[in-house]
Amino acid sequence: MNLTKTEEKMLDGEEGYAVKKSMEILVALGNIYCAEKLIEVGSVQVAGVSYHNLGDAGLEFLNELAKDGKVKVLTTLNPAGMDLEDWRNLGIDEEFARKQNLVIDAFRKMGILISCTCTPYLIGNLPLYGEHIAWSESSAVTFANSVIGAKTNREGGPSALAAAFVGKTPYYGLHLDENRGPDTHVEVKAKLTKISDWGALGYCIGKQVQNKIAYITGIKEASLDELKSFCASVVTFGSKPLFYIRGITPGSEKYQPPKEKIILEDRDIREAYETINDDVEDIDFVCIGCPHASIKEIAQIADLLENKKISPNTEFWVATSRSMKQLADIKGYTAVIERAGGKFACDTCMAVAPVKGRFRAIATTSAKGCYYSRHNNLLTKMGSLEECIDAAVKGKWS
Amino acid sequence: MKGRIISRGIAEGEALTTTHPISFYGGVDPETSEVVEKGHELQGKRIKDKILVFPNGKGSTVGSYTLYRLKKGGVAPAGIVNRECETVVAVGAIISEIPCVDEIDVSKIKTGDIVRIENGVVTIK
Repeated sequence: MNLTKTEEKMLDGEEGYAVKKSMEILVALGNIYCAEKLIEVGSVQVAGVSYHNLGDAGLEFLNELAKDGKVKVLTTLNPAGMDLEDWRNLGIDEEFARKQNLVIDAFRKMGILISCTCTPYLIGNLPLYGEHIAWSESSAVTFANSVIGAKTNREGGPSALAAAFVGKTPYYGLHLDENRGPDTHVEVKAKLTKISDWGALGYCIGKQVQNKIAYITGIKEASLDELKSFCASVVTFGSKPLFYIRGITPGSEKYQPPKEKIILEDRDIREAYETINDDVEDIDFVCIGCPHASIKEIAQIADLLENKKISPNTEFWVATSRSMKQLADIKGYTAVIERAGGKFACDTCMAVAPVKGRFRAIATTSAKGCYYSRHNNLLTKMGSLEECIDAAVKGKWS
Repeated sequence: MKGRIISRGIAEGEALTTTHPISFYGGVDPETSEVVEKGHELQGKRIKDKILVFPNGKGSTVGSYTLYRLKKGGVAPAGIVNRECETVVAVGAIISEIPCVDEIDVSKIKTGDIVRIENGVVTIK
């Protein structure tokens, strides 16, 4: 890979330890993927924040980088393992909270915005069409590439941090237009009537196209929340963080549908539900917000919970960013949801909080949420927002 | 054998080889260095101080942090030789300062061989 004089000096350690280590990471990745050079990035999203996944060694690594590392571009943070303010309310233990706070302190020292959300594009880290960025968090990477039309590979925690300290990333993969063309035509004949149908659709497409780029036709309209849910699902069950929907996502007008074709009908969506859902009736955990709930979703939750009470046998979480909760406070949605017995889980979610062993069965609108909940030994039910709220109120799936 | 340097350095030790890819996150115990992935060729073996020879890495990017945890705990492999290194192992080896080389015909190295890695060169003694 060709390096400029300044980049050579960074690699030699002239800007300190964090920059040197970062350059080593970027150069190694550049060499593996035959990148010709490094390119500047507009912003970074860093994953690998929950102490649950990092452990003490991860914390130590972050502390070493934090000694002299400062980010050079706007850098936002993925969800942590707990609500940073109200962790007691979510049943997090003291020792976990202490360690999680040390992780957050290290990120803060680096100059990273402690946003703790998987939806950075909703809270001020909104890239432009065609802009190069270096993001981790697969759902956000997919949203940025597909819905916004920005350009990023699927980074891991350390490589995203490295890009933040250098302000650059190796020029390969999805940064190159030649690698962004569609491979497979997916014609959707199935009717999509509720938010969870988009998770089911993501399951079907992800499973079938895997590492290929899908060109989707047959969809007439899509909302931000539906696309957000679809992005999370398609890359959880597949692995490519880029797709096109004709007439809806940017860049789709540049391409014709590829020859290789898959057709998805109502029965495929039904089968996805059958695979994602377990045979369970009693629900003791309901969590909405995978990816993190938007203000519109919070408004819908408040509307459905007006004058209702969550079942005493059920824990109800709205997982969202702190910024979104502040909007909800202003609008009065928070008061309605809390009066009904619901809780806000800011800065975290059901996938990264230490919930293993605490609950038996979860209901959620999200296919990705179900996938990670099974890793936490939970039985799963996926459905519309109305069905999930009904389960929270009754303590049962009907 | 000459390969490509992923992470610089010199290492020497007994080879532990497998034809299976390795997932460090979930597949290797970060405290003991024992391979715990069910059905893996190396299941039950410890990778501490070995020259670990495998085709490529797989799995979650959190695996980079697992390698770092092994190093800090004093139970990391001495060196890594791959056929084709991917990002999880590359980033893990760099941040942990474990010498790592790829583009090597890993079938030439047998478990128990004494192997030396010196930057991009791998020698069987």
